[in-house]
Amino acid sequence: MNRTTIDLWVGIFVAIGLGSLLFLALKVGNLASSNVGETYHLVAKFDNIGGLKVRGAIKSAGVVVGRVTEIHLDPQEYVAVVGMQIDSRYKFSRDTFATINTSGLLGEQYIGLDVGGDSETLKGGDTIKKTQSAVVLEKLISQFMFNKAADDSGTSSSSSSSSNIKK
Amino acid sequence: MPDASDNTLGNKLNRFLTNLGAGVTSRIWRLGFACRFFLEIFLQSGTALRRFNLTIREIYFTGVLSLIIILVSGLFVGMVLGLQGYDTLQRYGSSDALGVLVSLSLVRELGPVVAALLFASRAGSAITAEIGLMKATEQLSAMEMMAVNPIARVVAPRFWAGVISMPLLAALFSAMGIFGGYLIGVQLIGVDEGSFWSQMQASVDFREDIINGVIKSFVFGLIISWIAVFEGYDAEPTAEGVSGATTRTVVTSSLAILAADFILTALMFRGL
Amino acid sequence: MASASPTVDEPLVKLSDVNFAYGSRPILTGINMTIPRGKVVAIMGSSGCGKTTTLRLIGGQLRPISGEVQVNGQMVHALDSTGLYDLRRRMGMLFQFGALFTDMSVYDNVAFQMREHTDLPEPLIHDLVMMKLHSVGLRGAHDLMPSELSGGMARRVALARAVALDPMLIMYDEPFAGLDPISLSIIGELIRRLNDALGASSIIVTHDVQESLKIVDYVYFVSAGKIVAEGTAEEIKASKTPYVHQFIWGEADGPVPFQYPARSYGEEMMERISGRA
Repeated sequence: MNRTTIDLWVGIFVAIGLGSLLFLALKVGNLASSNVGETYHLVAKFDNIGGLKVRGAIKSAGVVVGRVTEIHLDPQEYVAVVGMQIDSRYKFSRDTFATINTSGLLGEQYIGLDVGGDSETLKGGDTIKKTQSAVVLEKLISQFMFNKAADDSGTSSSSSSSSNIKK
Repeated sequence: MPDASDNTLGNKLNRFLTNLGAGVTSRIWRLGFACRFFLEIFLQSGTALRRFNLTIREIYFTGVLSLIIILVSGLFVGMVLGLQGYDTLQRYGSSDALGVLVSLSLVRELGPVVAALLFASRAGSAITAEIGLMKATEQLSAMEMMAVNPIARVVAPRFWAGVISMPLLAALFSAMGIFGGYLIGVQLIGVDEGSFWSQMQASVDFREDIINGVIKSFVFGLIISWIAVFEGYDAEPTAEGVSGATTRTVVTSSLAILAADFILTALMFRGL
Repeated sequence: MASASPTVDEPLVKLSDVNFAYGSRPILTGINMTIPRGKVVAIMGSSGCGKTTTLRLIGGQLRPISGEVQVNGQMVHALDSTGLYDLRRRMGMLFQFGALFTDMSVYDNVAFQMREHTDLPEPLIHDLVMMKLHSVGLRGAHDLMPSELSGGMARRVALARAVALDPMLIMYDEPFAGLDPISLSIIGELIRRLNDALGASSIIVTHDVQESLKIVDYVYFVSAGKIVAEGTAEEIKASKTPYVHQFIWGEADGPVPFQYPARSYGEEMMERISGRA
């Protein structure tokens, strides 16, 4: 094995090694689509965040516009405070609605943003006023059973529950 | 002259404890020497970098010659992941998530760890045997007497070659594994190709998963190379000494890799 | 680097009252040796009596517990690593069985020191390597790998490698061990010829009496870590010291006993017989 053959093989080895790293980064990971630009910080409060986790997605019209950065409990109001980073390219109105949705039937939970009509937009550090909590399956079932029991007993209880179920 | 009274329980216990103590202290002493050796390698690495030919030659012998075993093993591991993964996922109707399962398992854990274990057995033992043999045939002594530092000339290039090769081999292993999972899942079993790749891309994060995997394999490379060159340099200059050192390299490296993997995983994936 | 320029009369190597031990095991005690310039000196004795240790002390691989080791006027054990490496560049050593670098060809082995320590261009190195190989008779074997050489040939290549940089001191560790008669006399001749051609001093550690007494100027006899006899080849051959006499003439029994220490065989036999009765 003379020197030049060895050099050739080492070159090939390093090239395919780096190539597979690149493959992993681009084709397997989300490097191509991750936001590497500027972001701004928003806050939203929810009665119940369900299964939302840090690093969960923030989507608007189905497109990922940001990530959940932190979750904690407000000790005074006992609501969940969710901090998020939103891509600076996208601005949302002051009356934007933030809801916690589930992707698919058993998938992960994410925050969906529905834009309102307000001309003013949310700036860094603002809090989203209108929020809707996650659907908790147990409450849904007990609601259903309560309704069923009410129907059966004759009284028409049209208790539209406190939690609107928005799909 | 040994006689019957030496085998009383008290004496046996005494001897056992003495040997145990001696074993522990000698191991600790050896660990200290190994740390000094590690530092010495860094100090002498100037030659390995200035005369990069030496290191390139060693990259050939450790990295390139390990390619076959890494690629083939990666392919098989990926294929098994595809089979087993599909079997479990389809029970919950989530066979679309096969891409996620295969890629995350490989990139986070199996790629770095299994590739490191294979590397330790193939390249690590070869390095130990080579250096040990050079010591046994007085080649290292001869080099010293010729005013050439054997650590700079023989040990450091092999060390850096191992450190450079390991992340590349781990990446190759993961890539081959994903390809193997794709072959089995999409081509053979019939999982939807689109969701295989798209769900994978959505779930595998560059910074969290891939970079962490690379960091892991880099750390494993350091560990294996360090243990391999140290055992070779410290081997007894006899046939039994060299073979014992080679075995020790494989065993110690494997245990160290698994322990380090636990520590790194705990540090890196804590928030999840 | 050098303390004072040594005169031509001063010996090249001087060991004064050197003591060395491995832990609690004494290896050398009160060694006094001088190696004059331009001479070939042999250190003889049975295996494991400290001969190789002496070479290591001179080469700076070991430090004496007490006493001085001087090479060319410099205290070897007082040198820092730069000084030590400078000194080693002027010394050549032939290891037992050659210790050639197995991953390089014969040519590369001999060229090793030239490439590491000098900036000579390759064509010049080529000429020098060929000259050295020619002087040991192996110029045609320059392309071979060490695994393809016979024992005698490997020893000769190692010799060419040891003298690659024209050292002032050449040390040989058992150069005659395990060689066939032809190679034996070749090596012996080469040692003497190279020493005289280079104007160097040579130290041969050996227990081959016949070959070494043919070529050496002076002999030191070491037994159990002490020098028991010294002198020219003739003086040693005529020596009446029992140990030397046994060694030179290869007698089976003498100061070095034939029987490994054990109880008297007669006593043991008597015990067994009476035990059976």
